[in-house]
Amino acid sequence: MKKIFLYIFLSLAAIIFIYPFFWMVTASLASEKEIGSLIFLPSSFTFSSYLQLFDKIPILRAFFNSIVVSFAITLCVLVFGSMVGYALSKLEFKGRNLIFYIVIFTMTLPFQITLIPQYILIVKFKWVDTYAGLIAPYFMNALAIIMFRQYFKSIPQDLIDAARIDGCGELRIIFGILWPNSIPAIVTVGIITFMTSWNEVLWPLIVVRNENLMTLPQLITLFVVGGRAESQLGVKLAAATVLALPIIIAYLFFQKYFIQSMTSSGMKE
Amino acid sequence: MRKKIIPYLLVSPYLIYFLVFMAFPVGFSFFLTFTNWNIISPIEYAGLSNYKRLVNDAVFWKSLLNTFIFLIIHIPLQIIVSLFLAELLNQKIRLRGFFRAAFFLPVIVSGVVVTIIWQQLYGFDSGLLNRLLIKIGFSKVGWLTDPNLAMPSIAIMATWKNVGLYIVLFLVGLQTVPPQFYEAAELEGATHMQKFFKITLPIINPTIFMVVVLSTIGGFSLFIEPYVMTGGGPMNSTMSAVLYIYKQGFFYYHMGYAATLGLFFALLILAVVIIQKKFVERD
Repeated sequence: MKKIFLYIFLSLAAIIFIYPFFWMVTASLASEKEIGSLIFLPSSFTFSSYLQLFDKIPILRAFFNSIVVSFAITLCVLVFGSMVGYALSKLEFKGRNLIFYIVIFTMTLPFQITLIPQYILIVKFKWVDTYAGLIAPYFMNALAIIMFRQYFKSIPQDLIDAARIDGCGELRIIFGILWPNSIPAIVTVGIITFMTSWNEVLWPLIVVRNENLMTLPQLITLFVVGGRAESQLGVKLAAATVLALPIIIAYLFFQKYFIQSMTSSGMKE
Repeated sequence: MRKKIIPYLLVSPYLIYFLVFMAFPVGFSFFLTFTNWNIISPIEYAGLSNYKRLVNDAVFWKSLLNTFIFLIIHIPLQIIVSLFLAELLNQKIRLRGFFRAAFFLPVIVSGVVVTIIWQQLYGFDSGLLNRLLIKIGFSKVGWLTDPNLAMPSIAIMATWKNVGLYIVLFLVGLQTVPPQFYEAAELEGATHMQKFFKITLPIINPTIFMVVVLSTIGGFSLFIEPYVMTGGGPMNSTMSAVLYIYKQGFFYYHMGYAATLGLFFALLILAVVIIQKKFVERD
């Protein structure tokens, strides 16, 4: 009996978390007139909100930009993060501890302090309205270094020594030996980095003004805020759906890894 | 010789990143606080005028107060809801994975998506929440239009977005409680409540503090929700500090003043987080 109440309660809670997304998708497929009264399924489906959306803003271009930027950032963070993590965990050199403390320290530094000067830097580099401006400040990440350092520590030194005897260089050791043995760390860092860069809005809003270089969340934000949606709810919801769907689909496939990644880093947006 | 250089080559991407995108910006930020600059015309020395302006800037202080209101509502709500749901999920039930995944869904999507959806839920005339209220015999509520309610509404939405993450963190915490403790307590005839307050709560204390620290940092970075939903209004009631810095810097191009706000605000965040961490370590 108690169990039944438990299930009813949990199901109600689950509805509260899932229903808004369900509504978003169905309402984006409903006629503009019907959205205001829509609770469940619309009486007929139409793609007109999506057609208008594609007509009004270069959303495919923004989708492409987001893919380029998110993949580039993720790749950089994985490559450079594992290099630094390897040096800090497996190599002896002067200043190693100092660098590690700096890494930890920068993690506590609030982004609010670097926001304005980083923008000025990008202006001086002439990187406003370029992919470089979107990617450069994120090509490295303290959290990734710490996670790689931690993971590489658990890999036996013998493996590395054996590779050295075989004549492997340090880069071969990192990418040929450590990487295949560190899939969980790579997946974790990769998912977190990809997700945060896919969802990032503030920085793109600052460094990109040219519509053709805008990322997806940025373009949609400006579309919704800037009045070009003309208070048509259906078009706004279609935009939100386009932005959410890739991540939701990836999540449905790799749910376990998403949850593990996010919790092992203890991060939040 | 070559061997000695290799480690430095490997860490060089980080050193470049640190110098260019961290150390220099922080130093430059400090310098900027003593200047007026609109990016285009030459930098102009301004003495302490930015600091004087900050002290008298009612909107900025309002934005700090708003952040405080947000945290005061958001943090307890976050802890209670996520701990409660984690407790329920920690029992032997079927479909646990499904429930966990469902609660986690809002965590992974962009804040922009959540904001667009909730803007409709909170809508005054045809918003779902007000339609429900009318159905059960209440009158409409100005979720986003009433200056006293707008920030609490945003805090509720933020809780909905992040609860899933904290449920999982609490689940991990709850699993560290040794089952013998509960068995012993049951033998002594302890009630459900007693078990929760005397055993569970003390053991998961570190997780609670982690939630407090993470929610605080999240609350301090509040930007996209007010930017999309209310633009900081009504009557600046949802103006967050980051939104205000953004407006000063990128609407009015007051770079010096925006840097001053950023520096002051960052120091405030550091102070709050350090105090919270000290509190945890003492425990």
